[in-house]
Amino acid sequence: MRRHLLSAADLTRSDAELILETAEELRSLADRPIKKLPALRGRTIVNLFFEDSTRTRISFEAAAKRLSADVINFSAKGSSLSKGESLKDTALTLEAMGADAVVVRHWASGAPHLLANAGWSRSSVINAGDGTHEHPTQALLDAFTMWRHLGDLDGRRVAIVGDVLHSRVARSNALLLKTLGAEVTLVGPPTLLPYGVEGWDVATSYDLDAVLPKADVVMMLRVQRERMNAAFFPTVREYSRRYGLNGRRMAALQDHTLVMHPGPMNRGMEITADVADSERSVIVEQVTNGVAVRMAVLYLLLGGSEPAHAEDVPGSAGARAGGEQ
Amino acid sequence: MPARPDAAAVSAPPGRTVLDPPDITRALTRIAHEILERNKGAADLVLLGIPTRGVPLATRIAAKIAAVEGAEVPVGSLDVTMYRDDLRMRPARTLLHTDIPPGGIDDKVVVLVDDVLFSGRTIRAALDAMNDVGRPSVVQLAVLVDRGHRQLPIRADFVGKNLPTSLVESVRVRLAEFDDVDAVTIADGPTDGTTDGTTEGER
Amino acid sequence: MSSYLIKGARVLGGEPADLLLRDGVVAEVGPGLSAQGAEVVDAEGLVALPGLVDLHTHLREPGREDAETVDTGTQAAALGGFTAVHAMANTDPVADTAGVVEQVWRLGREAGHCDVAPVGAVTVGLAGEQLAELGAMADSAARVRVFSDDGKCVSDAVLMRRALEYVKAFDGVVAQHAQEPRLTEDAQMNEGELSGRLGLRGWPAVAEEAVIARDCLLAAHVGSRLHVCHVSTAGSVEIIRWAKSKGWPVTAEVTPHHLLLTDELATTYDPMYKVNPPLRSAADVEALRAGLADGTIDVVATDHAPHPHEDKDCEWQAAAFGMLGLQTALSVVQATMVDAGLLAWGGVADRMATSPARIGRLAGHGRPLAEGEPANLVLYDPAASRVVEPAEMVSLSRNTPYAGRELPGRVVATFLRGNATVLDGKLQ
Repeated sequence: MRRHLLSAADLTRSDAELILETAEELRSLADRPIKKLPALRGRTIVNLFFEDSTRTRISFEAAAKRLSADVINFSAKGSSLSKGESLKDTALTLEAMGADAVVVRHWASGAPHLLANAGWSRSSVINAGDGTHEHPTQALLDAFTMWRHLGDLDGRRVAIVGDVLHSRVARSNALLLKTLGAEVTLVGPPTLLPYGVEGWDVATSYDLDAVLPKADVVMMLRVQRERMNAAFFPTVREYSRRYGLNGRRMAALQDHTLVMHPGPMNRGMEITADVADSERSVIVEQVTNGVAVRMAVLYLLLGGSEPAHAEDVPGSAGARAGGEQ
Repeated sequence: MPARPDAAAVSAPPGRTVLDPPDITRALTRIAHEILERNKGAADLVLLGIPTRGVPLATRIAAKIAAVEGAEVPVGSLDVTMYRDDLRMRPARTLLHTDIPPGGIDDKVVVLVDDVLFSGRTIRAALDAMNDVGRPSVVQLAVLVDRGHRQLPIRADFVGKNLPTSLVESVRVRLAEFDDVDAVTIADGPTDGTTDGTTEGER
Repeated sequence: MSSYLIKGARVLGGEPADLLLRDGVVAEVGPGLSAQGAEVVDAEGLVALPGLVDLHTHLREPGREDAETVDTGTQAAALGGFTAVHAMANTDPVADTAGVVEQVWRLGREAGHCDVAPVGAVTVGLAGEQLAELGAMADSAARVRVFSDDGKCVSDAVLMRRALEYVKAFDGVVAQHAQEPRLTEDAQMNEGELSGRLGLRGWPAVAEEAVIARDCLLAAHVGSRLHVCHVSTAGSVEIIRWAKSKGWPVTAEVTPHHLLLTDELATTYDPMYKVNPPLRSAADVEALRAGLADGTIDVVATDHAPHPHEDKDCEWQAAAFGMLGLQTALSVVQATMVDAGLLAWGGVADRMATSPARIGRLAGHGRPLAEGEPANLVLYDPAASRVVEPAEMVSLSRNTPYAGRELPGRVVATFLRGNATVLDGKLQ
């Protein structure tokens, strides 16, 4: 594995499978009385969040602490309008504090890339979401959730529905699922699919009802109502009618099909309450899996003298699918 | 069982066989009897194999206990990777599978099972790992081979074979569940000069 | 004033000849001239071109003297072989009055490294609402002939029409920064497959092309000259070619960086490559080179845009747009056009001296290297090559996109009306 996790594209298939298998082992930790492993004792992990995100930050914090690492939370003020303390100055401060890894969430696409490559610090950089670019650990926990339910992801059909244009989750998922052999279809109105998406090696569709019956996983993305004001769609009503997952559409899904959402949900917009709370929705489980997956990433990056080498172990992921040993 | 092929088994030289399949079977049978004798039966017994090869050994011992005593002893696995004292010396290692039987280990007689006892560091890590899982009433250690050269004050309660070795030799255990054959061999030349590698239960 | 005897220079890349510079003019051109007390400059192997004229430079003074001043910017120009630069109006205060343009003009004269021809803003404060006093600026000591809101687009069609009409009175030209503002709100890089992957908002080609098409039609309709700044797309080249085929009074410029660099560089998220208009695709680069070769694009203009370190040493979205260009321009043109066989040195003289001087109505520059003409020329060694070092830029800023890249050629000497501003590659 590379020293930094900036993009889902940084992971080979072996890397990704190693992370999923490691997460599977670490998930059972949640059932123990002492939810702690000593592997990262003495390591310092900094959560550098330039954007509000309590959930992701807490998930990383829990992951780090369960591996006995020391966690420092750094919430930087500043937005695209008021720069606040510069990224560079913050990075230099953290370097002086001796951070082994920096988990960074930033409003500007490419900020983690800059942190990793500008030479300001020697820490491992983990992208917790940068602008509209990527969110690799989200894609990993989504893939982990799918894998636990469906087994090997080769040939599985995953539909990602919604505001793909502004979604870093969609980008990372499209990349990672392809790496794991799944077939991805991006679904949304033409205005919310990125220009040049034809070159992404995924299928696209403007017709949700055509895609749902064949899907093994349906991932609904958050769509902000305010996008209406920039003419991405005319009204909330029209959007949810054409692209919202409601009870009627849910009934058209196959029995084993999962419904996922990276959160936070806009109930009534892209997903209705009855779908979100139904049995086939694994939305709550995604959160639990998030800690295990982030523990796996932190352990594999920092648990040794250098990041883990993922060998090509034949049949490893397939053999471990769905908890069977 | 995780079907993880041992890459080193294919490449390492055969060396000289010190235990062949019947030897191994007899050793495990004897260990099973000794466990029952020491603990006056199978009550509260739990066998925890240390992956990778400790696990099939634990399963075989449990089968022999069932045959002799008619009691089903819970068998599990305890991965010690995270508790190793040399984690920072090599790239991050792949985790192996931990499976604690449903009844847990609190107040149980836990017998750790491993293939080779060498420096003792693996067992020290296993004791630490168990500490975070629960509190057994007693912990005992069963190994197929004890090759000496302890670096910590650790000893086995049940030993298949005592095998005095020199540090330049390597001991390899192969088991049918992974390697198509049961055999314990000694060869000249350390595997990679460290206390881990395939000589000590494949780590 | 000193005299100079330049020996053995290849005039416009042709046969070697000697040039005698005296009293500010080219006194004699021919083989085997005698020194007559002039300082001898050995120009064997060097190409002699008319002093280059830049139609598009940002000198940042007044207002952003932390990034550049007229003095440092013109030093960079002289080292790049330029004898005249047009200084864009997006200063602070904006150059929308006779007062500001005269100030910039005087600063240029005092520094003495090259002539500075200030560009006047089209609208007051570049706000795009009200015409600036174009006539006053034209009549001022700065004799402004080029007007531009560069940095911003004159997007209002009526205002653009009025500006085009108004400047006819003094043979002015409106230089448009073609960028439809609504299509490019918060745009960061070329809109293409890469912008979608990198999560950076796209700047679509149509936002440039649509404005150019409109402006060409307006210029033809009112019979006034239009100059298109920093053309960056293949589509823009085609539109300009079409407009010229109709005989319409349209001229266009391309920057050196758009002849060489593509949007692939944005993958590094290094804001050194962030510029407006953005770097585009390889196909666009090819079309721009072909357009410059066949004359559809009339001139190379640097759009030299200095920015202080903190405006470039940050995340892409927070960084300023712009690249340095004066010191490296001729080398980049050599690499992309001359060495590629697309343009001969005579063509370089036309694109980088004669045509810009003509468009800017700048007398005395871009003249042939012949007897009686003002002695504005540059001696250039095409056989040299060097690795670009940001620390060697004499600009106050260091934002060159060519850091660490090897570029061919070296400006050896620059003469401004017979005065050596640069000798042996060093400022005088």
